[in-house]
Amino acid sequence: MNNTNPNTPLLEVRNLSKHFGAVRALNDFSMAVRAGEVVALAGDNGAGKTTLIKAISGVFQPTGGEILLGGQPVAFATPQEAREKGIETIYQDLALADNLSIGANIFLGREPMRKAFGFLPVLDRKAMADAARETMKRLDFHVSRMNAPVSNFSGGQRQAVAIGRAVYWDAQILIMDEPTAALGVPEQRKVISLIHQLKAQGRGVIFISHNLQDIFAVSDRIVVLRRGVQAGERKISETNHDEVVRLMVGG
Amino acid sequence: MTSTSPAQPAEKHVAPQADHGDPARTLIGRIAEGRAWLFLAGLIICFEIWSRFAFGATFVLNPFNLQSIAIFAIAPLLLATGQTFVIISGGIDLSLGFIMGLAAVVAAHATNLAGAAIPLPLAMLAGILAAVIVASLPGIINGLLISRLRVPPFIGTLGMFGVARGVAFLLAGGTTVPVQNSWFALLGNGKFHGVPYLVMIAAVFVIAMHYLLGQTRFGQHNYAIGANVQAARRAGIDIRGHILRLYVLSAMCAGLGGALYAARFTAGAAQAGEPLLLDSVAAVVIGGASLFGGSGTILGTVAGALVIAVIQYGLVFVNVEPFWQFIAVGVVIIISVLIDQAQRRFSGGRQDE
Repeated sequence: MNNTNPNTPLLEVRNLSKHFGAVRALNDFSMAVRAGEVVALAGDNGAGKTTLIKAISGVFQPTGGEILLGGQPVAFATPQEAREKGIETIYQDLALADNLSIGANIFLGREPMRKAFGFLPVLDRKAMADAARETMKRLDFHVSRMNAPVSNFSGGQRQAVAIGRAVYWDAQILIMDEPTAALGVPEQRKVISLIHQLKAQGRGVIFISHNLQDIFAVSDRIVVLRRGVQAGERKISETNHDEVVRLMVGG
Repeated sequence: MTSTSPAQPAEKHVAPQADHGDPARTLIGRIAEGRAWLFLAGLIICFEIWSRFAFGATFVLNPFNLQSIAIFAIAPLLLATGQTFVIISGGIDLSLGFIMGLAAVVAAHATNLAGAAIPLPLAMLAGILAAVIVASLPGIINGLLISRLRVPPFIGTLGMFGVARGVAFLLAGGTTVPVQNSWFALLGNGKFHGVPYLVMIAAVFVIAMHYLLGQTRFGQHNYAIGANVQAARRAGIDIRGHILRLYVLSAMCAGLGGALYAARFTAGAAQAGEPLLLDSVAAVVIGGASLFGGSGTILGTVAGALVIAVIQYGLVFVNVEPFWQFIAVGVVIIISVLIDQAQRRFSGGRQDE
């Protein structure tokens, strides 16, 4: 974190709008994520959560408003640009190649090479495995067989691999779209504990979930979206399930 | 409903990480991965026993047999090498057989034309080069159709199958094109210490392709695309560019196959690769690749191509009616796919979506 002022948010969204023709998927929306903070994004289906994260991660160009990273305004033409600036999105349906190892997944598209016999460029599998082991250890996740394809691992472990990739590439902002949706209960708890670790490492997390229990277990603040506008923002310590539900459905 | 405060200590060490490292499962996986080589060993033993009992002669220790099998396997192996890349990516290339025929005709014409102007060895090289370059053209079209216009690989390459076939026969004038070049004939039929030149060229080429698939980013991305295109795209891999290069590569493999065919028979024929297309797919499948994409190796394909060659040559050698070859190869393909399915079920991976 290269901010001189610790109060400058890692990520700030100001008056962001995204219109699809006459449809205002997102309208004049503002929020901020600070270092070491987990902000939950809640809202009913179609409330604009996905539009918001796609605008932040460079998939959509916003119609209006601005995005600031460490106080500096940024504009992303592609998801790659957002990723290079340290915004990593972890998708619900896991963007992993199941047939590749953890290391190969972490380095997918950015594989390290070495020279065999001094001239022949080959994939540096050892470097990938070492980096993967190191990264997964930082997430309190211990694997003995680094060469096994990730299809051998459980849903929560694969979620950890996806998070590990973001951590390895030093993402400062992690956007997690329903990271616990497809998991069993013990696995959900593992992912929640992973998010706690990200927080402890000083990263900012935007956590999207339908599960209020998960939101209350891990977040510092909750921002509720309703029909493309911000319906409310609360500190988790100062709110409860009923109030959040009321904000989500309006009433 | 309990509202948990964030101050509550995080639950660390939830559920110790179960690592699916069951040794029995890995053993089954290993056997399934190497099944093509096991098939090959089993077949060779069968033919050896058969041959000893029936004729009192050895099958596998006879250098002539080994040479013949190796020569026999070259063309299907070269097609299957390109096909391996395509199948791992989740596609299929049906045009390879006639691209090979087209390349054989072009190699013959180009060698003859160049032979009139430049020394024979250079003319030979020019012919091979021309064959590979011309073969890459249908590959480019395949790649553009599939990557830009989103034509399914099966249909796109089926169309190219017809186009390449027609162009090859037109160029050949509906007949075979003899090659007048003693160097080219020597390349196709000469030996060095008992090893045919063709076998050496094919071996070097296959090793290079093994390197490309196993040790480079291109190969790694190929596996990733076959397993999960979405994941590969999100990881920043240029899918369109990769698919284009992929189909050009497979077409060039067929181009080399065509040039070597023209060397072996000192003639180019449009129908050179016609029966080899399905053999190439069979070799890849026997070699352990999944037609759903994401798995397969060049070494497996080598074993697969050798299995087919040993069956075809071996059955002729022990004097069985040739039609049994089709049955034997078909049975091996089915058994191979059954092993693949069983292995997927055992390995704990998701069998299908």
